[in-house]
Amino acid sequence: MIAQLTLIERQYAIMISAAVAVCGALMILVGRDDAMGIHGALVFLAGILTIFRIGESYFAPAPSDERLAHYYDDPSKVAIVLAMIWAVVGLAVGDWVAWQLVEPDLTFGVAWSSFGRLRPVHTTSVIFGFGGNALIATSLYVLQRTSRARLPDQVSPWFVVYGYNLFCLLAVTGYMMGITQSKEYAEPEWYTDLWLVVVWVVYFLVYLRPLARRKEPHIYVSNWYYMAFILVVAILHIVNNLAVPVSLGHAKSYSAFSGVQDAMTQWWYGHNAVAFFLTAGFLGMMYYFLPMRAGRPIFSYRMSIISFWGITFFYMWAGSHHLHYTALPQWVQTLGMTFSLMLLIPSWASAGNVLLTLNGAWDKVRDDATLRFMMVAGVFYGLTTLEGSFMAIRSVNSLSHYTDWTIGHVHAGALGWVAMITFGSIYATVPWLWKREQMYSPKLVEAHFWLALAGTVIYVFAMWNSGIVQGLMWRTYNESGTLAFSFIDTLVAMHPYYIARAVGGLLFLIGGCVGAYNIWMTIKVPSAVTDLAADVPQPAVVGSGALRAAE
Amino acid sequence: MIVEHALLVGISKSFGLFYLIALSVAVVIYAMWPSNKKRFDDAAQSIFRDEAGPWR
Ligand code: HEM
Ligand code: HEM
Repeated sequence: MIAQLTLIERQYAIMISAAVAVCGALMILVGRDDAMGIHGALVFLAGILTIFRIGESYFAPAPSDERLAHYYDDPSKVAIVLAMIWAVVGLAVGDWVAWQLVEPDLTFGVAWSSFGRLRPVHTTSVIFGFGGNALIATSLYVLQRTSRARLPDQVSPWFVVYGYNLFCLLAVTGYMMGITQSKEYAEPEWYTDLWLVVVWVVYFLVYLRPLARRKEPHIYVSNWYYMAFILVVAILHIVNNLAVPVSLGHAKSYSAFSGVQDAMTQWWYGHNAVAFFLTAGFLGMMYYFLPMRAGRPIFSYRMSIISFWGITFFYMWAGSHHLHYTALPQWVQTLGMTFSLMLLIPSWASAGNVLLTLNGAWDKVRDDATLRFMMVAGVFYGLTTLEGSFMAIRSVNSLSHYTDWTIGHVHAGALGWVAMITFGSIYATVPWLWKREQMYSPKLVEAHFWLALAGTVIYVFAMWNSGIVQGLMWRTYNESGTLAFSFIDTLVAMHPYYIARAVGGLLFLIGGCVGAYNIWMTIKVPSAVTDLAADVPQPAVVGSGALRAAE
Repeated sequence: MIVEHALLVGISKSFGLFYLIALSVAVVIYAMWPSNKKRFDDAAQSIFRDEAGPWR
């Protein structure tokens, strides 16, 4: 990997790592009385280790110009491996958290293993660790193929991949030490946030430069989605995290907003994180890998454009549906509700595009588990957005809010849509990236598919039941007009569903481990065929019903 | 200048409404414009065009 870098690139990489190490040293110095000092040590170590890693191959011969005739895929490969590591960690912690809700004593009796700290470890590991790395990997891959231009240089993409993972690591270790600014999905404190801003701006620049040099006249729709993802996440992150630290040597900070403004900013952020992190980026993935894998172009390119602009402009206004029946002005709530309902149109345009693209190729879906991952993702995307629009109606929300129904909705989207489309895309890219004819074991892909589907269905049905039971019990009155059930009654009623959810989650986790093993073996076991050196993925022949080699 | 609640409400309920409607109409017209069809069909096919690597 390092041998691929030119001498000057190796020097740049060392300089950047040294700058990171200096930042770490400063953090140790000023934050020595605070948990921030420990983070300083982590940052310092990350910088130093990178320098040593580069130093090892510093005197390796310079790469030949032959490299410029190929796309630069090493960062994507590393990000895919990292995504799978985060997936296994994040799913395992998710299932641990689920068992804690069944049996609250499943902690080690120490603070870091408590529910309150592990829950954000779960959400950050799966959303940012797993989802984020998969998005970075596939976006760089798709960007280069669709614009037929190589990444601009060989240092900045590494900065994005490693910098981003350092961010995730700081976030997750911070929660376990009790560092949080208590904003959901934006928990990391100010210095971690600042670091992400730097990484993210570089990511955006890396994305723009090949596009500027592209050969195709039209920018393929996947790139629009990926760009919206990068740009909007930057805006959201910066605005929602405006805060003033109590001192430069302390992790604690106070938000620039207060009261209901703070709540509105947070949920404007929160819902657009759903929209642009958990939706737009993955739609970009879908619009490339689904046609590629199915060997047929997207059913309606026009629909994908309408969907894009609809999602981009409607989602921005939907955040207030998280704050129904609060101090937020009524008209703002109504605004959020209206836009949530309108969102169904662009959402279903994309979900419909998935199914209509596959229409006529159902034999492939039947035979190819990778394609089936993508199809199921499309179905769950349609389902989740329908459910979301429904839950955004104020009177429906009065039943669903605070209950497990929300958790069911979240995981229908997270497991059914986000994780499924990601696994499908990863199974499609891994053989292309590592020049293998197919995955190490198509049978294990098949096993993963059924484990994931079973896990998702069990999880979502358990939470729907639990949520509705819980919501109804909370609003049942007896003849004298007082509540019929005490809070503890509802907990007893939810207990069996929590067990079911934890079992479903376990299946999903096992599936994830099977996938990680399969991907690892695909990378490790050399390919039997050697003539797969082409840089461009080989889609199934357009229009033919034949199955391509990989499963 | 102090931005008051009433002003924000006013802007949202007038300009805010119309610019979003205008934008939606513009997008649908752009996407459905007959002469754009060829371009879009071509774009949808573009990912299959086999070229062995970056052009530069
Ligand atoms: C093995 C599979 C998984 C299990 C067992 C699991 C379990 C859980 C549990 C127990 C909670 C806390 C619920 C509560 O507080 O009542 C939770 C929250 C959450 N999980 Fe998962 N999870 C899994 C996979 C995922 C994946 C793959 C994603 C995202 C891609 C995800 C995203 C979230 C989010 C966003 C929340 C917060 C929901 C909210 O605050 O409304 N989970 N999960
Ligand atoms: C048309 C699209 C969608 C609409 C209108 C929508 C609407 C909603 C509503 C009304 C809530 C409950 C808010 C509350 O009572 O607090 C919610 C929560 C949530 N939704 Fe969606 N949803 C949509 C799609 C999605 C998708 C595709 C995902 C992907 C994973 C997703 C992830 C989430 C998450 C993570 C939460 C929990 C937020 C929290 O409280 O922590 N949503 N959504």
